[in-house]
Amino acid sequence: MSSMQSQAQYVLRTVEERGIRFVQLWFTDVLGRHKAFHVTPAELEDALDQGMTFDGSSIDGFSRTQESDVLARPDLTTFQLLPWHDEGAGVARVFCDIVNIDGTPFEGCPRQGLRRVLNGAHDQGYTFFVAPEIEFFYFDDLDPSRLPRPIDQGSYFDLLPDDTASQVRRRTVLMLEEMGIGVEHAQHEDAPGQHEIDLRYTDALTMADTVMSVRHVVKELARQSGIAASFMPKPLAHAQGSGMHTHLSLWADERNAFVGDGPYGLSDVAVKFIAGLVHHAPEITAITNQWVNSYKRLVPGGEAPVGAGWARYDAAALVRVPSIKPGRIDSTRVEYRSPDPAANPYLAFAVILAAGLRGVNGDYELPKEGARTAALPQSLAEAVDLMEKSTLMHETLGAHQVEWFLRNKRAEWDAYRGQVTPFELERYLPLL
Amino acid sequence: MNIDVVLCVPSCDGPVRKAFDVTGVTPAVATSGRLNEITSLEPADGYAGAVINAAAFPFVEAMNLCRQLRSRERGIGPIILLLDHYQLDDLTFREDLFDDFVVGPFDVSELATRLRHRLRRAGNESVAPRIDHGGLLMNLETYQASIAGRIMDLTYMEYELLRFLATNPNRVFTRETLLSRVWGYEYYGGARTVDVHVRRLRAKLGEEYAHLIQTVRSVGYKFGTTPNDYTPS
Repeated sequence: MSSMQSQAQYVLRTVEERGIRFVQLWFTDVLGRHKAFHVTPAELEDALDQGMTFDGSSIDGFSRTQESDVLARPDLTTFQLLPWHDEGAGVARVFCDIVNIDGTPFEGCPRQGLRRVLNGAHDQGYTFFVAPEIEFFYFDDLDPSRLPRPIDQGSYFDLLPDDTASQVRRRTVLMLEEMGIGVEHAQHEDAPGQHEIDLRYTDALTMADTVMSVRHVVKELARQSGIAASFMPKPLAHAQGSGMHTHLSLWADERNAFVGDGPYGLSDVAVKFIAGLVHHAPEITAITNQWVNSYKRLVPGGEAPVGAGWARYDAAALVRVPSIKPGRIDSTRVEYRSPDPAANPYLAFAVILAAGLRGVNGDYELPKEGARTAALPQSLAEAVDLMEKSTLMHETLGAHQVEWFLRNKRAEWDAYRGQVTPFELERYLPLL
Repeated sequence: MNIDVVLCVPSCDGPVRKAFDVTGVTPAVATSGRLNEITSLEPADGYAGAVINAAAFPFVEAMNLCRQLRSRERGIGPIILLLDHYQLDDLTFREDLFDDFVVGPFDVSELATRLRHRLRRAGNESVAPRIDHGGLLMNLETYQASIAGRIMDLTYMEYELLRFLATNPNRVFTRETLLSRVWGYEYYGGARTVDVHVRRLRAKLGEEYAHLIQTVRSVGYKFGTTPNDYTPS
């Protein structure tokens, strides 16, 4: 029996044994928004066999001028029960790739976009591992008509009495572990209501799926507890925003390819990878920080990076080389600190890897530690302009995604720039 | 002499009754097909087997009954299904839920032969292959795993890795061996994939049972509760 058949058999049998009522077919649009079909067990076999046809023009980034039908094809290795649903009325999920009706990869599918970049790395003998630290806020609710109210007044690492937020976060971590998602640790972050969940490294495709799952589980469990969670990059004007610092390493077979005799125990590959990240950072920022609001986080004075550069200790550096515990040489890695948790994780990991590999393959020279080689874009408009001029981005994301993304993001910027903000009214109305 | 009692659901008429007579076994007819009825009819030394007329129920209900009978504390012996021809396709992937089947219209001598044959073999036949080790229970036919009675929801590869390790307890496997034996095809993670899956399995086993999968430093992994001494595989 082929591997595909045994996987299908495993899935169908588990659905039957566990009394699963719905299977959610999960996928992601170009902006990283979570989409799903819900199929009953009766439809499942067909869905596994042939995929689900849908009209792509209804989904952001999936529209094309001509024919618009596409197929969501389940990746059976990702079949997983969702542990927060009731016993006896179980719900499971499986991630999907989007393909054209003829079975070829659909160019607007971020999951396959990442897969393509990973395949390129694989051809060079590298596997890309990532471990993100995901920050988010717990609020009383997400009512946009008033300022968000954080659920607690804690700060960095605070051990608070057993409040709602800590309870929800703890339940979330246990739920994630039950789904096989390894959590390194979870903690209260700097701002009131802000929390962080650090994930244990996996290959980048699994991790992009995992980020989608984590965002879903965090929001779902908050909702069940009568509060709300948000991954908005900068929800509070006077508190730090939420980032998704991402730890990166390349492996060649059993060996961490970042380990070497260079500065801080880094290899030549690692040094060039960092050089690639630093060099291409401005042009990939439109993907790692894709919303108008993302740029309210990337401001001076906090821990968020505002310029391209690298360092060992500087907490505001774009690329940091974390210290390694003695004897843990395999955990040698670099940390890329600009992304935010509202990015599309598939595209973010794809462009980060592509930028780093460009440095490796192009023998890039590492700038001096602490030097600022360029500014990061200060607004979505600037980021999008840099993206448009970038060959790296066109090659990595493909014409379809770049063109759609530019159009969508320029429309977002146009909608934003006509706004008159409370800041302006307060400052100018009495005066001018 | 001990007369074998065979459970018969939901009826035992016509050729089926004749086949029982020819075989010399006694039917116990449970018309409702409910477990409590089945238990109340059960002789002290248990059923020798069961004949389930799947053509007389919605098919999924008949399969659920088979599954319940299979998972009883007390065995049920061989299960023979009576089917309509159109139900044959539905048997795919459910082969473990029955031992034999007969398609209607029922021929007395065929049914009697199968009944006799199955009852005779039942003595030597083992039940569904299971792994039972250190609190971990895996049913290799239903793909279900549980730890200390708690069902584990595993992805396919997690299941396959756990099954491989648990069928070879106390043997140390290198990452490469696990990758080639369990995955058997190219995978993004390379050998690190094994670490990632082991971590996922340990998370699902829970803190108390995570140690069932032991890391053997600079070698690989092994499953089991015995002390961690290196025995090359």
